[in-house]
Amino acid sequence: MTDCLSLVLFSGTADKLHAAATVAAGAAAMGRPVNVLLQYWALDAFRADRIAADHGLAFDAMAPGSSRPVHGTAAIPWLETFRMAKELGDVSIQACSGSLETLGVDSDRLDPLVDGPCGIASFLLAAEDGQLIFI
Amino acid sequence: MTATLVELETISAAKVIDARGAACPGPLLEAKKGMGTVPLGSIIEIWSTDPVTKTDIGAWSGKVGHEFLGTLGADGYERVFVRRGK
Repeated sequence: MTDCLSLVLFSGTADKLHAAATVAAGAAAMGRPVNVLLQYWALDAFRADRIAADHGLAFDAMAPGSSRPVHGTAAIPWLETFRMAKELGDVSIQACSGSLETLGVDSDRLDPLVDGPCGIASFLLAAEDGQLIFI
Repeated sequence: MTATLVELETISAAKVIDARGAACPGPLLEAKKGMGTVPLGSIIEIWSTDPVTKTDIGAWSGKVGHEFLGTLGADGYERVFVRRGK
């Protein structure tokens, strides 16, 4: 039994990536192994040619009265937070191979932060001894 | 226990599953489906063009009690061998 934390990232907007990066980095800092699986728009956000682009905000942020707190704060950008998480601890970032196929993305064209392509059984096996979060 | 390449070459599988062209989790699901159709102790062979299939089927085999035997490269795809263990 390990106390690993697994995150399935689906969303590719900056606010959700930022929240996910915070959880991953926090867990890594506390010594927990972290497994991240990138699917769909989160995977698209890790493409080397657009990882540094503006990834916008989720629909939640467009609601009337929303304070839209993500931009213009002192928060560290999500990409930097993921990078720090990998430096701090045992953090694996995998690309869902089914999503690669669906989006027509070659794994060679992902940012080097991504460790490689991964099938769902391998991810679930790594994830089974801990909590799993879907963002 | 993984078989040697020479041993794999000599295997005559009870069932060959052609999952070429399918993305994850397609080949895994086809393997699961096919495994139920062969007797205990017999071997299935899954053909896949998805590079993660061998790792994934290895993970699945270990988890559910089958024996992952190994992989042979073929012309543009891989042949993955698993012995039914339960």
